[in-house]
Amino acid sequence: MSVRRLDPNQPESFEFTPENLDWAKTQMAKYPDGKQASAIISLLWQAQKQHGWLPEPAIRYVADLLGMDYIRALEVATFYTMFNLSPVGEHFVQLCGTTPCWLRGADDLKEVCRKHIGEEGEVSEDGKLSWLEVECLGACVNAPMVQINDDFYEDLDAEKFERILSELRSGKDVKPGPQNGRRSSEPEDGPTTLKDSMSAGKAGGE
Amino acid sequence: MTIIKVDGEEIDVAPELTLLQACEAAGKEIPRFCYHERLSIAGNCRMCLIEVKGGPPKPVASCAQNVRDLRPGPEGQPPELFTNTEMVKRAREGVMEFLLINHPLDCPICDQGGECDLQDQSMAYGVDGSRFHENKRAVEEKYMGPLVKTVMTRCIQCTRCIRFTTEVAGAGELGAIGRGEDMEVTTYLDRALTSEMSANVVDLCPVGALTFRPFAFTARPWELVKTESIDVMDALGSNIRVDARGSEVMRILPRLNDEVNEEWISDKTRFVWDGLKTQRLDTPYVRENGKLRAATWDEAFDVIAAKLRELKDDQAAAIAGDLACAESMKALKDLLGKIGSPHMDCRQDGAKIDASSRANYLFNSTVAGIDSADMILLVGTNPRLESPVLNARILKAQRQNGARVGVIGEQADLTYPYDYLGAGPATLQDVLDGKGDFAEAFLKAERPMIVLGQSALARKDGAAVHAAAVALAKAAKAVREDWNGFNVLHTAAARVGGLDLGFLPGEGGRDIDGILDGASSGEIGLVWLLSADEIDMDRLGSAFVVYQGTHGDRGAHRADVILPGAAYTEKSATWVNTEGRVQIGRRASFPPGEAREDWTIIRALSGVLGLTLPYDDLDALRVAMEEDAPHFADTDMVFPAAELPDGEKGAFEDAAFDTAVKDFYLTNPIARASRVMALCSAEKSASLSAAAD
Repeated sequence: MSVRRLDPNQPESFEFTPENLDWAKTQMAKYPDGKQASAIISLLWQAQKQHGWLPEPAIRYVADLLGMDYIRALEVATFYTMFNLSPVGEHFVQLCGTTPCWLRGADDLKEVCRKHIGEEGEVSEDGKLSWLEVECLGACVNAPMVQINDDFYEDLDAEKFERILSELRSGKDVKPGPQNGRRSSEPEDGPTTLKDSMSAGKAGGE
Repeated sequence: MTIIKVDGEEIDVAPELTLLQACEAAGKEIPRFCYHERLSIAGNCRMCLIEVKGGPPKPVASCAQNVRDLRPGPEGQPPELFTNTEMVKRAREGVMEFLLINHPLDCPICDQGGECDLQDQSMAYGVDGSRFHENKRAVEEKYMGPLVKTVMTRCIQCTRCIRFTTEVAGAGELGAIGRGEDMEVTTYLDRALTSEMSANVVDLCPVGALTFRPFAFTARPWELVKTESIDVMDALGSNIRVDARGSEVMRILPRLNDEVNEEWISDKTRFVWDGLKTQRLDTPYVRENGKLRAATWDEAFDVIAAKLRELKDDQAAAIAGDLACAESMKALKDLLGKIGSPHMDCRQDGAKIDASSRANYLFNSTVAGIDSADMILLVGTNPRLESPVLNARILKAQRQNGARVGVIGEQADLTYPYDYLGAGPATLQDVLDGKGDFAEAFLKAERPMIVLGQSALARKDGAAVHAAAVALAKAAKAVREDWNGFNVLHTAAARVGGLDLGFLPGEGGRDIDGILDGASSGEIGLVWLLSADEIDMDRLGSAFVVYQGTHGDRGAHRADVILPGAAYTEKSATWVNTEGRVQIGRRASFPPGEAREDWTIIRALSGVLGLTLPYDDLDALRVAMEEDAPHFADTDMVFPAAELPDGEKGAFEDAAFDTAVKDFYLTNPIARASRVMALCSAEKSASLSAAAD
């Protein structure tokens, strides 16, 4: 991880859409009077959703909404890695490189990213994709995995990952979750324990 | 009170103290970086670790735990703290080692060298070698304006500066971005600090990350001679320490005085010193054929004496400026008395103050009294510009006791929220009539305060405004045995001293307007300006002007004779602050060239005129001052003023209250001669115009 900085290229201004502003106001109303600053993370998150990434004018805009000093909002934005301070692709790939995923072939996935997207942190020329290596996303049992926008894509290998990237690029929907056919984190070759109860409960199960 | 044991010794301490304070009460020294008495507790430097018996089997950060949270032993023995065990020693060494991982070893080129907490504490509590061979972290340079120089690689992230700007200065300007191992202290997008007290962060910085930009690479602390003195940039009379090398003032630092400035000073107080070196009047001047020429003291005195002989006695007048010391005013007042003229005034802004009772013009609640006020009404004053340190005290009252602040006058950013009531005297009448929510609360408040600014007094209806404010104070029962809530906030360091000594029109005498009108019309033939620069020089007409002062400013440009005086760091002189506290400033360096201490100039001239003043040394002069105003005998004390008389009611004008201080950084001749103050002023107006865009 490196020092998180604001992007040199920033939009002129930022404003919530009317719907988002309404949403922001309901969030702010959740907190007692004078404690509106507590809504900072949800508002910054909404700003990022609206804009794709979190530009500097949005930080000021949210700080103004909440009556905070700008620097306080900047502190929050630079602390949480979920806030993207630079532009990201339409499909933003967060690639887990922590030990379990790494042992299961995360390096191959990185190569795929370099080949199909470009260097880490750069947005592909068509603006569709960008990638970042991140720390453990908590899906070790399905390693290796990536998160693309809000969804996990698990049990990957280079080939499957390439396919996912090219389908996303061409605008198709890709089913999230394990990509090797298994259901969630069940054993790959069917149940290995509690087989009796599995068969007993089959009627209610599958 | 709670009994605890510190290193085996029993001590009785208040339960709300922190362990660190308890250890200090027991006489133990606890090293610290992030902890500071006047800031909130952060607990992030870990340098203050101690051992607590019965507590967890690990060192405890003593700044972040209270005595009341200690548990007694199994048989009810008092809790025990240890500051000198092996565990504590190793803990300190470990913390110090971690702090030094990323701290550069550039002490020889660091301005903090010699007064650096990290340097001292690593000497006392650290180990002598390093076990780290990795590269140190480098941090990008930051910009914080013309006063605070940054070398952020040296920062140890104690966050004192962040807490100061947020809590004391009231401007959330500094913050820590990228929390974690890459944490960096910065302003929002490297904007300059806008607070008028910003440079206090440099005093707070325990390392050399924040240093004084104007002082960079000029002197080492051990070369400087330190003189305790009094500041004259505003009427608060902040206690300062003037550091000089030879005849040159190198820097000015705050001195601790809980009653006045705590341990803060404003940026103007701190950085005005470069103005002491430029534009100085170092020799007498006499105007000949429209041009000033350097002269000797004898020539200058002869010219004045000749002029006085031409004039009738009551054609001479004197105006004392904002930086005049009490001694010089006393001498000039006595000289004028001997000449036989009643025309003199120390209120160069024309403030309508009735000096018959001290209560009329003092900050009666006292500065420390602000801490306990529950309602504060600011009338025609912007304390942020008129006295930033006092403003910080109002902020403190609001944060700590929830004091409610109301403002009548300019709607400025005071760093704290307030009820804006109105712009002019009519609103004051409304409050007096109990109209509105704030007024109702004010009239019922326990300890209400009215702070009357100079812009409310320096106007035609000033006396009526004063009377209305007195009436309001009395209506709110703010004037009683245990509390006096009527306050005047002065802007000039000289003002209260002048009023106390009676540097005011005598019987049949003219006040400031009268003198200037008389000078315009020719009725006044000679005007003595005692460091008075803030008047309209055009109104002096064709009068003969003697300017006694320190800088080639407005007054000197107009003068016919210039008598070079000593600046406040160059003489032993008395100042009375806005609450009536008599304080003595001491000489840190000598006046330049032929310049002399101000009272000696007047005393010497009195001899030439054959009207010799009856004091030959400073002590005799001070005794004479005590005869005029007995409280001059007791320095550093505030005496509650006698009864507050009702003023005479009068009609108000419609005009809104103006602002007494237009440009904070350029309020007096010394500040106007300072390059640093000019930079600050430019930075401020640039940021204001940027904000307006």
